Amino acid sequence: MPVPSRRPFPSSIHETLMLPRFSPDQDSGPEVSRRDFVRVVMTAAAAVGLSGTAAARMAEAVAKGVKPSVIWLHFQECTGCTESLLRTAHPDIGSLILDLISLDYHETLFAAAGHQAEAALQQAMKDNAGKYVCIVEGAIPTKDGGIYCKIGGRTAIDMVTEVAEQAGAIIAIGSCASWGGVPSADPNPTGATGAPMVLKGKTVVTIPGCPANPYNLLGTVLQFVTLGTLPELDDKGRPKWAYGRTIHEHCPRRAHFDAGRFAQQFGDENHRQGYCLYKLGCKGPQTHANCSVMHFGEVVDAWPIGLGHPCFGCTEQKLAFRVALHDTVDIERPTPPDTYPGIREPQGGVSTVAAGIAGLAAGALLGAGYKFSKTLASEAPPTKPSGGSSKKEV
Amino acid sequence: MSSHAVVHAPVGGELMTPAYKKLLWVVAIGAVAALWRFSMGLGASSNLSDGYPWGIWIAIDVVTGTALGCGGYAVALLVYILNKGEYHPLVRPAVLTSLLGYGLAVIAVTIDLGRFWELWKVPVFFWRWSHSPQLEVALCVAAYVAVLLVELSPAFFEKWRHDASTGLRSLAESGLRFVDNWLVWILALGMLLPTMHQSSLGTMMLLPATKLHPLWFTPWLPLLFLVNCLMMGYGAVVLESHLSARAFDRPLESEMLARLSKVVLYVTVAWTLFRVAEVAIAGDLATIASGMGVAFLIEVALHLAIIWLLLSDVGRYTPATQFRAGVLLVVAGTVFRVNTYLVAFQPGPNWSYFPAIPELLITLGIIALEVALYVAAVKKFPILAGAPTRARS
Amino acid sequence: MAVGRRKVLQVIAGTGAIAAANAVPVRAARAAKAAPPDALGMLYDTTLCIGCKACVSACREANDLQPSWDEERLHHAPLDLNGRTKNVIKLYKEGDRMSFFKAQCMHCVDPACASACMLGSLHKDEVTGIVTYDASYCVGCRYCMMACPFNVAKFEYEKRAPKIVKCELCRHRFGGAQLASTGGFSRFATGHGPACCEVCPRGAVIYGKRTELLQEAKRRIEANPGRYYQDKVYGEADAGGTQVLYLSHVPFDKISLPDIGSQGVPHVAYTIQEGLYRGFVAPVALYGVLGLVMLRNRKKGGAAAPEAQKGGRRE
Repeated sequence: MPVPSRRPFPSSIHETLMLPRFSPDQDSGPEVSRRDFVRVVMTAAAAVGLSGTAAARMAEAVAKGVKPSVIWLHFQECTGCTESLLRTAHPDIGSLILDLISLDYHETLFAAAGHQAEAALQQAMKDNAGKYVCIVEGAIPTKDGGIYCKIGGRTAIDMVTEVAEQAGAIIAIGSCASWGGVPSADPNPTGATGAPMVLKGKTVVTIPGCPANPYNLLGTVLQFVTLGTLPELDDKGRPKWAYGRTIHEHCPRRAHFDAGRFAQQFGDENHRQGYCLYKLGCKGPQTHANCSVMHFGEVVDAWPIGLGHPCFGCTEQKLAFRVALHDTVDIERPTPPDTYPGIREPQGGVSTVAAGIAGLAAGALLGAGYKFSKTLASEAPPTKPSGGSSKKEV
Repeated sequence: MSSHAVVHAPVGGELMTPAYKKLLWVVAIGAVAALWRFSMGLGASSNLSDGYPWGIWIAIDVVTGTALGCGGYAVALLVYILNKGEYHPLVRPAVLTSLLGYGLAVIAVTIDLGRFWELWKVPVFFWRWSHSPQLEVALCVAAYVAVLLVELSPAFFEKWRHDASTGLRSLAESGLRFVDNWLVWILALGMLLPTMHQSSLGTMMLLPATKLHPLWFTPWLPLLFLVNCLMMGYGAVVLESHLSARAFDRPLESEMLARLSKVVLYVTVAWTLFRVAEVAIAGDLATIASGMGVAFLIEVALHLAIIWLLLSDVGRYTPATQFRAGVLLVVAGTVFRVNTYLVAFQPGPNWSYFPAIPELLITLGIIALEVALYVAAVKKFPILAGAPTRARS
Repeated sequence: MAVGRRKVLQVIAGTGAIAAANAVPVRAARAAKAAPPDALGMLYDTTLCIGCKACVSACREANDLQPSWDEERLHHAPLDLNGRTKNVIKLYKEGDRMSFFKAQCMHCVDPACASACMLGSLHKDEVTGIVTYDASYCVGCRYCMMACPFNVAKFEYEKRAPKIVKCELCRHRFGGAQLASTGGFSRFATGHGPACCEVCPRGAVIYGKRTELLQEAKRRIEANPGRYYQDKVYGEADAGGTQVLYLSHVPFDKISLPDIGSQGVPHVAYTIQEGLYRGFVAPVALYGVLGLVMLRNRKKGGAAAPEAQKGGRRE
């Protein structure tokens, strides 16, 4: 995987990253054959599930030199989402930013700084008004007028509002930009919140996660780049293809959950066997994400549950940084376990107290009756049948 | 037969005796249990289940309770159809017992129903009526309670005739006139309705055909239930007579009861013979060799005990024996009905039922309420025959 | 007492005769019922079922039911049909013999539950034959639960406004869609038929018209001699016929399908009830008899005589 080399104050990102570019007209850098390029594009498309046709269209679009402008804003973030993106290989970051998109503003990857960088931002906005993709990373503070995050003297709120105004698509990457993330944890001194809450009325695609899985971003961006559309979103703006299921519904350890095999303590035998981590506080049943199939860092099983730690629900605002790490959550869509009831399962029973009361009552009634009859026997002797009229003591 | 002018009079005396207060405590506890049932739902207040949807509230409070309330029916048959006027003094207290038995059965039904607020739809939506035997029971019982009220109304009217208020006086007068004019047709209704619904109570348990043990599943079940209710009615009358005599310091009606016991003897013999013969003819005698068979044998044994007690002339004329027979009539009849509705009902070997505490408390409370209302009515209104006497308790 | 005894016996005989006249013998006063020609049903084949319980989950979700929680509140683990479960898979295991069993409403041709219901809350649809439930006429008496030979109808005991709960063949999903012939079976478009059938990965339970399913069941029996218990389709005639049919490789009573003959369950009770009350003739006649007897007794000066009634009142 190519690593960006560093040079003192290069003038363009292209110089910063000495990477092959598909541009037979350019002088700098080795040329890349069309075949190689198409291969890169196909890989990118395949990695995020776009069809071969889409890949071909993508290649065409890029060959025409139509590379959509991307403006990437950073606010209250740890840059983990960018770092996560840097560690992708399908496509690698270089191919992405050199050949597939035009990354016109990115504070981390920019060699430029200061007024130069801000000028680039304004230029990109002007040149691509209405068409650029605005990616937001990090939460936006809202307290005290948002002074807790300022870039170039401008508050985050102002910056994002301005950039989003003319954007063709707005994507919030990471939990921080999606709903506030870590900075928004109690007591939330800066009033940190997500981009959709600040950009009310605008469609903001959210890619939560801490960090977000970079392929969720790539898939969304590539779809927009190729087909000009955004994926189907849920009520929180999350692409359904990535966030439509909970971890629990697609977890490799689900069979253990259904069979009742749980790790009870870190390091115990069940834990070593790779059993279900529900009892250690796994938030998988309520966390919408696709980490179980899209692992991280290009390493198989590099995701929390795969490594033996319960999911902490990093995509979910109601869970991450709110519910204690080892508290269990309710199962929202329960399914049957790996056991069966018999044809006739015993149900019902006898309470001893009830039996006692019933016995007492019956005994009391019958006892009283018997006693009464004894009284009658002693006090009332048998009468004799009388012959004629039956007029009696009335 | 000579006509009898039966004089009825309130027993009078203090109502709130210590014994009566104890009775009211049982009623109060039952009422609290009923409140619990209505606020917490059936699941929390009973052991009714998917296997045993009916428990003691149906089997005892309703099915047996109404049978105990067949005293009025049973005595009316004797007095008005067989024209045995000598039993006339038994009529009014029997009607009171019947009214209470049926009225409280209606309350028990309301407690047992899961959606009792829809109950009004049963008589109203007549175009939706099915041929369910239970529907017939429901409508009949409701009508019968009304008829019993009318049959008993002379007891209230006779008292209100002498009331201070003119309104009540004229109501009483016109009420008495109405009853006098229509007596025969009211009484006929009062005998038709129990014939219908008591036999239907038997028919009802024929619907769960596959879950009723063969020793009880017979097309003759309606007839068995009908005659059984007569026996229980007579039993209730005997008990009521003896207990009232004791409680209200009145002379025993021993002579009358002795003759009544002879009638009961014949009925019991017929019923028991029929019961056993029917099982034998149906070829189900072999099933007696089973757990269920024990329940059947207990049933038969109790009825045989009644017969044995009442066989001798001397026995019938002995108050203690009359009373014991009365108890056995009630117990034997109850055993038959509880057997049919609970014991012989087999939803599957994995289900079991025993009443929960609230169920027991409500049942006991209802029984206590019936006794309490009986005592109050008898003390305040002209129900019992004879001049007023000082009541003992 | 000679006169009295005769009288007593007369009355007993008379009452008994009225009751007996129509009660016994249980004549076929009630015709056997037949399934409607377009009756819908299901066919469950134990030899195909793998016990995956997808149908249990699908039914719960399609009917919007609360889970029947296990003790730890982790799974939807009903032990049986209940107030939250309209469909359940059970396991029969005895030594080497093993079978799964899918339990739900059988949609009988002559349903005991509908016969029990006073106001027709449980009602057999005339066209599809589905036994439907309408809570608005249900008083919660649970007579239907007593009557059902398969213990299908369940009750929401834990609720304050409880209802009867049972499979209704997902009729709420039909949505006015039309049945179309698919592979020899009449089917709705996917998403509109019974959820359990649509989700079953093995086709162990399928739906269609009862006639088609019977045909298919018989075809399977013929094509696979010795595979099915007694070469019998349970529900063809059992209990008067059911619309949910079963093919099994183990004895039916082992999977709780009782041998209850081919007579409709309500037959005996209804023959008696309808016989006794047909046209309301018997009750009216009895009423007349009672009234007339009393009038005659009155003339003889009996207890119902006006003098006897009034004479006893204190003035």
